Amino acid sequence: MTALLINKLTVDHGAIRALSDVSFEVPEGKLAAVIGSNGAGKTTLLRTLSGLKSPTSGTARWNDRSMVGVKPEDLVRRGISHVSEGKSVIPELTVKENLLVGGLWRNDKSDTAQAINEVVELFPRLGERMSQSANTLSGGERQMLAIGRALVSRPKLLLLDEPSLGLAPLIIEQIFTAINDLRKRLNMTVVLVEQNAISALEIADIGVILNLGELVASGPAQDLMNDPALRSAYLGY
Amino acid sequence: MRQFFSTILIGITLGSIYSLMALALVLVWRSTRVVNFAQAGQAIFSTYIGYEMMVRTGNFWFSLLIAIIIGSLLGAGVEYFFMRTLFKHADDGPVAALAPVIATLGLLGVIRSVVGMIWGNEYRSFASPVPTDNFVVAGATIPFSRLNVLVIVGAALVMIAFSIIFQRTNLGLALRASAFQPEIARLAGIRVGPIRTIGWTFAGGAGAVAGVLVTPNDILSPNSLDTLLVFGFVAAVIGGLESLPGAVVGGMVLGIGIAFILNYVSTTLIFPAVFVVLLLSLVIKPNGIFGSKKVRHA
Repeated sequence: MTALLINKLTVDHGAIRALSDVSFEVPEGKLAAVIGSNGAGKTTLLRTLSGLKSPTSGTARWNDRSMVGVKPEDLVRRGISHVSEGKSVIPELTVKENLLVGGLWRNDKSDTAQAINEVVELFPRLGERMSQSANTLSGGERQMLAIGRALVSRPKLLLLDEPSLGLAPLIIEQIFTAINDLRKRLNMTVVLVEQNAISALEIADIGVILNLGELVASGPAQDLMNDPALRSAYLGY
Repeated sequence: MRQFFSTILIGITLGSIYSLMALALVLVWRSTRVVNFAQAGQAIFSTYIGYEMMVRTGNFWFSLLIAIIIGSLLGAGVEYFFMRTLFKHADDGPVAALAPVIATLGLLGVIRSVVGMIWGNEYRSFASPVPTDNFVVAGATIPFSRLNVLVIVGAALVMIAFSIIFQRTNLGLALRASAFQPEIARLAGIRVGPIRTIGWTFAGGAGAVAGVLVTPNDILSPNSLDTLLVFGFVAAVIGGLESLPGAVVGGMVLGIGIAFILNYVSTTLIFPAVFVVLLLSLVIKPNGIFGSKKVRHA
């Protein structure tokens, strides 16, 4: 069943067209990797899907309900969580408070506590740093915390914006493994925006390649990786 | 030695009031990144409401309660009807940074004028709910009364209440998250708009407490809380502008400092001294005593 349906989505930043007629689908429980260089429109796509940006035209539907014009805080209540670019944590709060923030809207203290325990099982390093300020964490730990905060809200659709940005290869591997395990275990749909094309496509079911705001190709990730023209032009190998 | 302790006690009384005003400014700064110069106007309006209630009922505590309610509602109203509209229309470029400052200064003028139109510009006062006779210790009178005790206890209760709300409750966590990173807070499901309104509501209530508590020791006029606004702002900056404990410590440092200048130097030097303290604190510790440190970029 198609869970996320994006149809002819066009987004402008003032006079600049950031996304132009982009369409693709992601079935429930599948991971879509959105690949492209700087300025491809990847971040704009996620910000539009999470309600931070309004599209100029086109539609985006999640489980047959429109996402367009819905506030981010209401989309969270529909099971959509967005981890924005740049380790989106609140540095002034402790690790535990950052995780608690993810469950505030649900008003279910016991399930929030349970969700936090699950995050700590997934990322044990966060468990060791619960009372530390998020400001003191390394880049990798912050990324774990940002994903953990999103998971505490029990999302059905997880939007991840460049989780590997600025991280060491070993940490990237850990984070990608965790994302892949999670979506399989929780049957979560994931849209993963990445510049790190190979790592992202390796764990993805679907690949979407953007260039200068336009859709270049979309389809099974393996097919995209095996296409020589796409590989040399957009995947960098 | 007796004069020294009296000075400390007076300083703590002044500091309590400055802390309350600083707290109100910090609450608004943290929730919307606005230095609310209208805070003095909001506080004076709610204090006049308290005065009106005192005239009609003679009951200080009831008047204080009504002043707090009106101050809180006024704070909420200013945020909801005024600031939100402003942010909607001035959300980008240099205007976005300057507009709230100009707007709150303008609002201060408007509220003062409204107060002047309703109650006139003559000086008024209202009676203290407790005796104002100075305490006598070991046969010597010290310039410290039950009213001073009331001011300190009242301010302390407000600060403890805010401290509990901010550190121990979900509402406090939502307020802090929305203040520090509104976009991340929204992405975590927090309704940042109403949360900001709550921040302004709390600030309005705190300003009303400051206004009503300071008035029995002072006179009441449409401009009578302007000095309190300046000292509250200085206290907030000394404390780091971001931090509630910082606002309290900044208020106390300033209050005790002013009391020493009053008692040992000269009453005419208070304003220059306050601004020297402000400049020194900005030079020595630009982020304030409790200001947030630079975020680590790992």
